Order: sequence, then C-alpha cells, then structure tokens
Amino acid sequence: MDVLYFAWVRERIGIPKEQVTSDAATVMDLVTELRAREDRYAAAFEDLSALRVAVDQELTDFDAPLRGVREVAFFPPMTGG
Amino acid sequence: MRVVVQSGPFDLGAETSGFAAAQLASGAVVTFSGIVRDVSGGLSAMEIEHYPGMTERALTDIAREAMQRWSLEDALVIHRHGTLTVGEQIMMVATAARHRKDAFEAAEFLMDYLKSRAPFWKREITGDGADWVAARDEDEDALKRW
Repeated sequence: MDVLYFAWVRERIGIPKEQVTSDAATVMDLVTELRAREDRYAAAFEDLSALRVAVDQELTDFDAPLRGVREVAFFPPMTGG
Repeated sequence: MRVVVQSGPFDLGAETSGFAAAQLASGAVVTFSGIVRDVSGGLSAMEIEHYPGMTERALTDIAREAMQRWSLEDALVIHRHGTLTVGEQIMMVATAARHRKDAFEAAEFLMDYLKSRAPFWKREITGDGADWVAARDEDEDALKRW
C-alpha cells in the first residue's frame, strides 16, 4: 500500500510518500511496525493524540482495518479555512 | 454545487456575482471569505499544504451534506493551496437558499467543517522561520453544535 505523510509528520519522517509491504491488520498495527523501523518514525508517531489518519482518503480511527486498502495517510489535525 | 481547489487567486467579486446571478429560486445568498492575517506583525507568507484527491472529496462531501440539511438551492466552495501573502484571500464559501436563515446557517456549517475536516495545513513563514499553525480546540468544539 502507499503510505503518505503531510505537514510536520512529512517533515519529521523526511518523505511525503512511500510504498509499504505489510500484513498489518489495522492502522495501529501499521503504526507499531513503522515505529520499530527508525527513530524518525518513532518520533513522528510518539503521540497519536496529535495525529489523524485517513484510509483510502476517508478520515478514520487508528483501529480501522487495512484489508484491501490502497492508501493510508498520517497527518496532524487539519487547519483549513 | 461547485467545489474548487486551486493554487492561484480567485476574484471574490466576480465569483459572488456569478453565483448570485445563477440563482433563480433563491431569495438569499450568503458569502464568507477567509483572508491571510498577520497577527504578530512579522508574517512574510503563509503556505497551505493539502492532500490532493482527498481534499476535493472531503469538500464535496461537506458541501453535499450542507445542500441536504438546509435544502440549499446551490453552494460554492473555493479553497486555495500553496504560498499566499498577507491580505490575500485563502478561501470562500457561498450558499443560496430561499430564505436567509438557511443560507447563513449552511455557510457557518461549511466553514466549521472545512476548518477541521478538510485536509489543509497552514504554515506561517516569518523572519524567525516557519511554524505549522496548531489546530484550536474551539474549532473542534464548533462541530458539536451541528
């Protein structure tokens, strides 16, 4: 699946997008895998209350299932308008 | 109903008159526009990042919900991304309804929702560097009244 990062999450991880091969069943499982990779991921995902997640471009929760999903995006709370 | 996401500027006057002129069954048109402000006096630019694809989808969903809940005749949302300077228009919403109460309420609903449910992130550039604008609790709380 494609994993996308926006705003300070993108800056902290250092890339806007990457392809991730994972058997993670939920978003939380994917976060756990990413955190274990490197310090920059652990730093970006340190406080999940400061993050939002979208699965296939729909806002959702960290317990959302990932079966059949093409795109997961992590970002801070939105500040439009 | 029209949703536009663009980097370039838009003409608030032309958009508003075009929107109003297209309404035949509406007696009320309400518009709101958001402008880049310089709160602390040192802002050189504002950068707006967004999530292409999801942005259009989220704005369309929000506009569609407003159309249904307030029986609007029409709705318009324009939101910019990229680099903007102080005084530039960031975004506008317009609503058209038979009566003004629906048009006002739907415009407020659109604003409240697109502030914290459409994937945009603002960053303020000053002489001291760049800072992401933090989401405010009031903006999240504002959704509860709907």
